[in-house]
This record gives sequence, C-alpha cells and structure tokens, in this order.
Amino acid sequence: MSVRVTEAPAPVVGAGQPLLSVRGVKTYYGNIIALKGVDLDVNQGEIVTLIGANGAGKSTLMMTIFGSPRAREGRITFAGTDITQLPTHEIARLRISQSPEGRRVFPRMTVYENLQMGAAINDFAHFDEDVERMFALFPRLKERIGQRGGTLSGGEQQMLAIARALMARPKLLLLDEPSLGLAPLIVKQIFDAIRELNRKEGLTVFLVEQNAYHALKLAHRGYVMVNGVITMSGGGRELLADPQVRAAYLEGGHH
Amino acid sequence: MEVFLQQLINGLTLGSIYGLIAIGYTMVFGIIGMVNFAHGDVFMVGGFIALILFMLITAWLGVAVIPALILVLVCGMALTGLWNWTIERVAYRPLRGSFRLAPLISAIGMSIFLSNLVQVIQGPRNKPLPPMIQGTITVMGEGSNTVVLAYKQIVIMVVTALLLAVFWWLVQKTPLGRAQRACEQDRKMAALLGIDVDRTISITFVIGAALAAVAGVMYLMYYGVVNFADGFVPGVKAFTAAVLGGIGSLPGAVIGGLLIGLIETMWSAYFTIDYKDVAAFSILAITLIFLPTGILGRPEVEKV
Repeated sequence: MSVRVTEAPAPVVGAGQPLLSVRGVKTYYGNIIALKGVDLDVNQGEIVTLIGANGAGKSTLMMTIFGSPRAREGRITFAGTDITQLPTHEIARLRISQSPEGRRVFPRMTVYENLQMGAAINDFAHFDEDVERMFALFPRLKERIGQRGGTLSGGEQQMLAIARALMARPKLLLLDEPSLGLAPLIVKQIFDAIRELNRKEGLTVFLVEQNAYHALKLAHRGYVMVNGVITMSGGGRELLADPQVRAAYLEGGHH
Repeated sequence: MEVFLQQLINGLTLGSIYGLIAIGYTMVFGIIGMVNFAHGDVFMVGGFIALILFMLITAWLGVAVIPALILVLVCGMALTGLWNWTIERVAYRPLRGSFRLAPLISAIGMSIFLSNLVQVIQGPRNKPLPPMIQGTITVMGEGSNTVVLAYKQIVIMVVTALLLAVFWWLVQKTPLGRAQRACEQDRKMAALLGIDVDRTISITFVIGAALAAVAGVMYLMYYGVVNFADGFVPGVKAFTAAVLGGIGSLPGAVIGGLLIGLIETMWSAYFTIDYKDVAAFSILAITLIFLPTGILGRPEVEKV
C-alpha cells in the first residue's frame, strides 16, 4: 500500500488542543517494536476510528494510552495533562474508560457487580441512575443482572464491557473491536448506541475496528494503521470512498 | 461415642484456628499467585504480639479478662497487619514482575528471618501465658466418660464464626472486597477501571495477617504457650487446609481448616498421637494426587 500522509485535520468541536493527543509513540514488546512512532488526535465530541488488519498494532495503541505496555518513546496527553508515565489506574481516574480487546468481563462476578466495578472511580455517584441508563441502552443486561460474567454469551459480554466502561461517565471512551464475533443485528445495536451517546451526550469515542465499513460510517474521522504506523487519515466518509481503503479493507467485506 | 464427641469439639476448635490461618494463604495465592511461606511465621509473630499485649494490659492496667481479650484482639490485628504490610513492601513488591519463583524464595527467606528474629528477641524457650479463661461445661456422660466443652473452646469458635461473618461481608459486599476479587480475576482490567492494584494487594496482606493474628491469640489461649518455632507446623497445616479446600477459595479454606483439625484430633484419639502430623500431611499428598483443585477449587477453564 502506498503511503498518503495527510495533516491531522483541525478540531471539529472545541477550540485549542485535542482531548487526546498521541505524538511519536513507540511501543515495544521486549525487543520487538509494535508501534513505530504513532501520531494521532481525538478532539472533544468526536468519534474517531482506527482501522487496520489483525496485528497492525491497534489494540497495542489502546493499551499504550493506558500505560500498559508503556510507550518507550513519544508523548501522550489527555486534556492537557501528560499521561505518558502515569500509573494505569491514575490514567483511568482522569475518566478515560476502555472496553478492551477480549472484553475482559470479570468472569466470577455478576453483571451487577461488573457494573459496580465500572462505577468505582466516581464513588458510585449517580449509580442507580446510570444502571437504569445502561439497562435502557442494553435491555439484555437487565435480564442477566444476577448472572456471572463468565456465563454470558459473547454479545452479552460485549454489551457488559461497554456498559461497564460507560458507568464511569468517561470523558473519553475507548472501544476495542466492539463488533468482534457478534451477529450483525447486535453489531448494529451497539453502533446505534454509540452514535446516540455521541449525539445526545457529546461523548468522545475512540474506536478500534476491523469492521471498517461500519466504523467509518459511524466515525467523524478515521485513521488507517499498517504494521504499527499510521498510513492514512481523513474524514470517515472520505476514507470510505478511498479506493485504497476500499481495496484493502472493504471489498469482499460485509456491507 | 463420648470419645468421638469430645474429639469433635477439640477438632473443631483446632480447625477454627487452622481455618483462620488458611484464609491468609488462599487470599494471597488468589490475588498474586504466590504461596506465602512466611504466613505461618506471621501467625507466630501474632501469637507473640498477643502474649506481650496480654501481659501489658492485664498486669499493668489491670483490666478484666473479657475487655482485655477484646483489646488484645483489636491491637494484635492492627500490629500484625502492620508487620505483614511492611513484609509485603520490603520482600515481595520489589519482586513483582520478576520471574515466578523469586517472591516464593523471598517468602521462605522471610519465614526464616521472622522465626530467628523472634528467637533472638524473645529467647528459644516456650513462653507461657497464665490461663485467662478457665472452667468447662460437661456436655454429657459421667465419671471418666465425659464430654467436656471448655469456655475457651466456646470463645475460640464464637470469635472465629463472628470474624468469618464480618470477613465474608467485607469481601462480598464492600467496594474494597469487590476490588480484591477484581484483582484476583483480572488485575490488568481492574487497573483499567481505576483500581490501585498495589494498594489492593497490600490490603490483602493486612487482612490475611489480621486473621492470622486472631488465630495467634486463639492458639496462645488454647495451648497457654507460644514458641518461636510455632509458626512452622501450624503454618504448613493451614496451607494443607487451603489446598484441601481448593486454593483461592475462601469458603474452601475454612472447610479445609475444619477438616484438617478433625482429621488430626480423630487420628490422635483412635490411632496414635505420635503420627498425627503424618496423617494431616498425607492428606496434602492425597489431595494433590487425586483432587488437585481441592474441594471447592475451580478447574482452570473459563468460557470465552
């Protein structure tokens, strides 16, 4: 794939600095380099997506934002604070939430307890209200309230992972492949929920996806990652129409 | 029949003490996957702290027995907790992220250090405690065939039961307990949710030590003496109890503790008292061979 590097677009909402800014980040696993100098911005109120093939380094970037693994070079700032060297739990307490790769629902805790875990960082303020919101968003979770996380189906676990992340009332929500392994109907439901949260509540979302079609349709802006490097960026619709993106990520895909 | 009932009472008393210690093993194993070999010695240190506190409170302050006992329990739990907090900070935390055996070896070193430290400070002989709670209830039988329940046995069982209830509530219903269980199930995810994992591990060591301190008080009260080497055998038996119950399982630790206590006392009554430790430790071998996950342990499979 040829490289077409575009300048990072100006912020859509909110003047001044981006909410999340990643500059020249390099991450290693032992001696193996996984991110080879990534630059990326997420502005307040945006949905930004990062697409790329399996193993491109998308999930590594998500975890690097949380300092686990830690970036060996470069700088990550959130709302003006340098978070590059902050302990993981302190990064979370700045109200960045993540629904991580593999969902990581607590298997031996009930659905309700998993939601409680999500609310731990805001000391359970608005807890009951937020639980009701999550049940309105994902009615399925209400039916499963007393069930252990490990016994849920994949789709239910995905909903729970997203709901748990939202319980913190995050300023920035990181979603790692929310569509992985799910039926198309549930994927649509989850993406609708994300769109609604963004429109109604102005939630800023950074979404990592292999399902490029849905992700680019949903996002205001997108980035394409290949082998640990951002190779393209642009508006969601713009990337969706791009012949290279179409050839690499959409042809033969589902849409 | 009388012998059986008497040994049942004795076994449950002893088992309560083992159960309290076993919780410390199982909790630490659950959260950081390490067998804390120094835990038995923390129990012994708890016994010595209790002894010193008993002496101070009753001799100097002249407090009555029951308030003294409560005071000793509370102060002993706090001080032993502080000990274990320091141990974790000094000997285990710097090795986190190192290879798996490193903290284990460090724990063995800490075990040797603690027993030697107490030997140096307190001397090698048995330290006696004047009997605190005397008197018995004759449950049944007459003459030589009686079943006797001592007041101190009642105190041990009641205190253990109350403590376990509080502990269970703490783990199941409070944010702290939830954070602990979260760290046990997925430490990385817990950190992503803003849980300070290191702090949670420290608290786990403090709680484990507090329960061991109570066991130390009970042991001291039951046998009337404590010795620098007393951490080893009860410690290993409590570890056996944790394995038998299923390591990582809290109810398993209590059930395992009671079972080991019963096996030991029954063996002493019906076979020979000389081999009671052999009986208890054979259980460890048999459990590991035939039931590696213990009674309430879970096999290592999870739906993905």
